[in-house]
Amino acid sequence: MRIDARVEKMKLKGQEIVLDNLDWQILQQLQEDAKQTYSEIGGKLNVAHSTVFERIQKMEEFGLIKKYEAVVDSEKLGVRKITAQLSIVTDPKEAEDIAKKLSGFDQVLEVSASFSEELIVLAKVVARDQAELHSFIAKSIAPLPGVLRIRTAIVTKKYKDERFDPFSDRKRLDSRKKK
Amino acid sequence: MVVLPSRVLRNVNREEAFYFFTSIGNYTGESASSLEEFQQKIKDIDVRSLEFHLFREDFEKWIAQTLGDNRLPGEIEILRNQKITGNALRDRLYFMVSRRLKELKGTVTLR
Repeated sequence: MRIDARVEKMKLKGQEIVLDNLDWQILQQLQEDAKQTYSEIGGKLNVAHSTVFERIQKMEEFGLIKKYEAVVDSEKLGVRKITAQLSIVTDPKEAEDIAKKLSGFDQVLEVSASFSEELIVLAKVVARDQAELHSFIAKSIAPLPGVLRIRTAIVTKKYKDERFDPFSDRKRLDSRKKK
Repeated sequence: MVVLPSRVLRNVNREEAFYFFTSIGNYTGESASSLEEFQQKIKDIDVRSLEFHLFREDFEKWIAQTLGDNRLPGEIEILRNQKITGNALRDRLYFMVSRRLKELKGTVTLR
């Protein structure tokens, strides 16, 4: 489940949504397991399932809950793939265009930019194998105007793969209160 | 296959240019849009790039399929089979491409 991290009090087209502690707890429950029924969530939070339903519906309508999705383990699914992190050194004038074009490719999962000594566009790319990865970079990325150099790191082992948790601050505060 | 010197010597567009890499996905920032530019890049490019592309047969494919020459790829294939590396590879490749350029420009008699 994806949640917009800007919460508490939000406005959209004149509407306003105020999140109370129960909303936060429901969101946290969904974030942990979006397949839970309204009754299960209600049981954990000591509220009626109809209350959970209403709160979730309100947050869906407001766009606070963007969507529910399954996180698929592609290895278990038998889909073999490799992942690579690309650091693309660009001409600053072309960086925006390069990032937009990269975002249009299905093989590119993430695109971001970093400005330190040079303007670098960072991209996470997936491919079936090294040959396909190289072909994609050589034929689709290197020819983009403004690409100066590309450094590619192929991921060989993943140690942690988590999304940003918008509840992390609250969890820390709660654990401090308990102490 | 008939080789048209004007076709082999032409400038190709960005999508058809040769892009020099040193390994999978690691682009040097150097590219060649013609055989003449290719010859010039060979002189200074990181020798690891020459070894990488020679091993993958990328030079032969580009020269045959994109530029349309049928003689130079055969010569490069011999070079690969001889397993030449380092600056010796650079020198031999530069010599081969230079000679072929002269042939195509008509300054050397075709064999």
